[in-house]
Amino acid sequence: MTESNPSPHRSAPVDHSATIKASLKRRYRAERRFRWYGRAAIAFGLAAVLVLFVDIISKGHGAFKTTHIAVPIHYDLDSLGIDSINDNQQLALANWDALFKSGMRQLLPEASGRSQRRELYRLISNGAGYDLKDRLQANPQLVGQRERIWLLADDDIDTYFKSLRDGEPYTARVSDQQIAWIDQLYASGDIATRWNRNFFTRGDSREPEQAGIWGAVMGSLFTLVITFALSFPIGVAAAIYLEEFAPRNRFTDFIEININNLAAVPSIIFGLLGLAIFINFFQVPRSIPLLGGLVLTLMTLPTIIITSRAAIKAVPPSIREAALGMGASKHQMVLHHVLPLAMPGMLTGAIIGMAQALGETAPLLMIGMVAFIVDIPGGFSDPATVLPVQIFLWADSPERAFVEKTSAAIMVLLAFLIAMNTTAVWIRKRLERRW
Amino acid sequence: MQASNLLFIIIALAVFGYFSGYGRSLRVAKPLGSISKLHSLPSYYAMQTAIWVALPALLLMAVWLLAADSITHAYIMRGFEQVTATSDYNLTLNRIINVASGALPGAGQSAEIVAAAEQLQQIGATQQWALTVLVLTLCSAGGLWSWQRIKADFRARAAVEGMLQKFLLMSASLAILTTLGIVLSVLFESIRFFSTVPITEFVFGTSWSPQTAIRVDQIGSSGSFGAVPLFTGTLLISAIAMVVAVPVGLMSAIYLAEYASPKFRRSAKPLLEILAGVPTVVYGFFAALTVAPLIRDLGSSFGLDVAAESALAAGSVMGIMIIPFISSLADDVITAVPQSMRDGSLAMGATQSETIRNVVIPAALPGIVGGILLAASRAIGETMIVVMAAGMAANLTANPLDAVTTVTVQIVTLLTGDQEFDSAKTLAAFALGLMLFIVTLGLNFLALRIVKKYREQYD
Repeated sequence: MTESNPSPHRSAPVDHSATIKASLKRRYRAERRFRWYGRAAIAFGLAAVLVLFVDIISKGHGAFKTTHIAVPIHYDLDSLGIDSINDNQQLALANWDALFKSGMRQLLPEASGRSQRRELYRLISNGAGYDLKDRLQANPQLVGQRERIWLLADDDIDTYFKSLRDGEPYTARVSDQQIAWIDQLYASGDIATRWNRNFFTRGDSREPEQAGIWGAVMGSLFTLVITFALSFPIGVAAAIYLEEFAPRNRFTDFIEININNLAAVPSIIFGLLGLAIFINFFQVPRSIPLLGGLVLTLMTLPTIIITSRAAIKAVPPSIREAALGMGASKHQMVLHHVLPLAMPGMLTGAIIGMAQALGETAPLLMIGMVAFIVDIPGGFSDPATVLPVQIFLWADSPERAFVEKTSAAIMVLLAFLIAMNTTAVWIRKRLERRW
Repeated sequence: MQASNLLFIIIALAVFGYFSGYGRSLRVAKPLGSISKLHSLPSYYAMQTAIWVALPALLLMAVWLLAADSITHAYIMRGFEQVTATSDYNLTLNRIINVASGALPGAGQSAEIVAAAEQLQQIGATQQWALTVLVLTLCSAGGLWSWQRIKADFRARAAVEGMLQKFLLMSASLAILTTLGIVLSVLFESIRFFSTVPITEFVFGTSWSPQTAIRVDQIGSSGSFGAVPLFTGTLLISAIAMVVAVPVGLMSAIYLAEYASPKFRRSAKPLLEILAGVPTVVYGFFAALTVAPLIRDLGSSFGLDVAAESALAAGSVMGIMIIPFISSLADDVITAVPQSMRDGSLAMGATQSETIRNVVIPAALPGIVGGILLAASRAIGETMIVVMAAGMAANLTANPLDAVTTVTVQIVTLLTGDQEFDSAKTLAAFALGLMLFIVTLGLNFLALRIVKKYREQYD
């Protein structure tokens, strides 16, 4: 009996330590490899953030300055072809381009012949005449005076002049003659990049050097005001109902299923809804911030409801019980006690929802907010476009100068988003109470 | 009076109603001794007066603004019975409206249009007067009625809370209405589309060229609506996105949850989540102007022929966009796995990575799969990246270096630009929208089911 059942320890002493050591080594190697996969994944994600931002900023920083040429202007009514500057009809028909054309001839007198002259005038932006008109209308005492004024250069000149500094001049759209003139102007200090005020004060334009984002910013503002005014009260009310009042029944479950599904519906579907219901059925005009706000409200509501519910849930039940115990009605308990305590969380959610709405493009394309709109919208029912759609429109434009503009507009949009998200985080940190 | 001015007047009247209601409730309470003799606090009497001032008037205004225009337009267009086609009808109507508003000089227009425009102007003026008078009457009637109701035993709080309760319920039900609106809007247009194009051709056809010709006798005037190339294109780009996003998102979630120090986690997590906050139009620009040329140059240096709008560029950028989505969902479920399970595995001698692979991930698997499905539905419905960086031509190919188009790209191209609303081309966009809605809805349901069904309750 004793021989037939030998204890394993007694049997031939096989040394396992070598295999164990080998397998341990293998396992530790796998462990290290696994950690490196994790680090690589994080590094990839962070690199993507970095590359994205560096790419946008390196493309867009140039747009905040734009090339100007200093032109001597003589505000001479004869060359304008008018006899009074108080007559608006005459002003509208006057030959405003003549002012800077004669100035350019004075600046570079060696240009002669029709084709050379035409190239000479093309150094200056198409809209420069209107800028001069605005200036003269604002300062009527300038009539008959002379001054040296910095006029916007054409976008091709701007692109070339800025590319000079990178060492790789982009000469595809400027002639040799124009290059020579630019050199000459540069030597005399009459061409320089200056702060691009137009970019922040104007609406869209077909001429890249004249185009600005102010119209789109105002459009976004009007749209967001509508979105916030509708989605915040409705979202909070829905969250209060679901958290505090809703009976546990099929109907409540159905509401919750709908909210969760809407949160995951692609945004473009909301655009289809806006097109079919608001535009075709209710005959709301296209392209107006009111309509955009309605569509974005429906889109952001699920986000706001979900975050508001979380904020209400975070208020401890003891607060409710204390209020009810003191004789408050259920509505008083919610309105006077739960809601104020949940407000910071709700506001955080609302700001995040607004940031989402500010960056949204696809549904707005469906409801006609892609129109080319020069005027700056002044109200909720003026045709408008919004910042992300403006980015989309410029990104589609063939002119090279629009690449810079697009990136700069993206920088502005990202700045708004960062500001909103920082505010949300700040509100959460400062005002939210932990129980 | 303008609608916005009227709105201000209603608000002002409501404020006035509030204070007069407050005053009356105090006066009612005075002979009784104190306000505790009233059923409700004075503010409830005040509030109910204010609500009765504003609410009926606001409702009337809303209905009026929605309905008035279409009724007047139909009335004006009575005289133009010979104009039957929808586009001509709209053109004539717009001309009349523009003449009436002064945007178009009436001189060049036909006498009929000028007459109609004058009529429109008159009706418009009358309408505004009528609306103003009606709204003011409703305001004062509602206010007076509720004002005289203020008595000591009037249950004002119950009345106000009842109305509030209705508002809360309506707000919550808006989600149902929205879903219903989506379903109805895509469904009806799709049914109209499927009455011209058979549904089998749409779902199984392999040729997509929705360009219907303007004249009937032109070649290809019918257009062809086989959506298979769009479905494969969408799947190809989404698949590329998932290939990028799933490993990166999952591994970064694992690293952040299991290995990283709290300090590193605190700084790395928000940085990664920046990717989720960047608008998709920015990704589209990045994909079209930076990534696509990069991939093409890279390809040509290997002797590969890469399309300018390759699926790879759009897909990989979309993958970057989805990384934080997957990583935060995975992070939630991984941290929800109880520590005792990890401790048990580590105590048995498993290394940390073995614990993660054999214990933590299997425990978190339902949540992870659910998250991946949600991410896939987001990739399928993503629009701007593909609109800007993917192609327009419908190629039936599985080669990631070719240009493909997607469902969302086609919806955008079909619906932006000028066309009649009733053409098969426009309706096709709604049919595609229906497909998109069904697929994303299905994926979401599946994700929720998986999470619910296979989740193990550990605590």
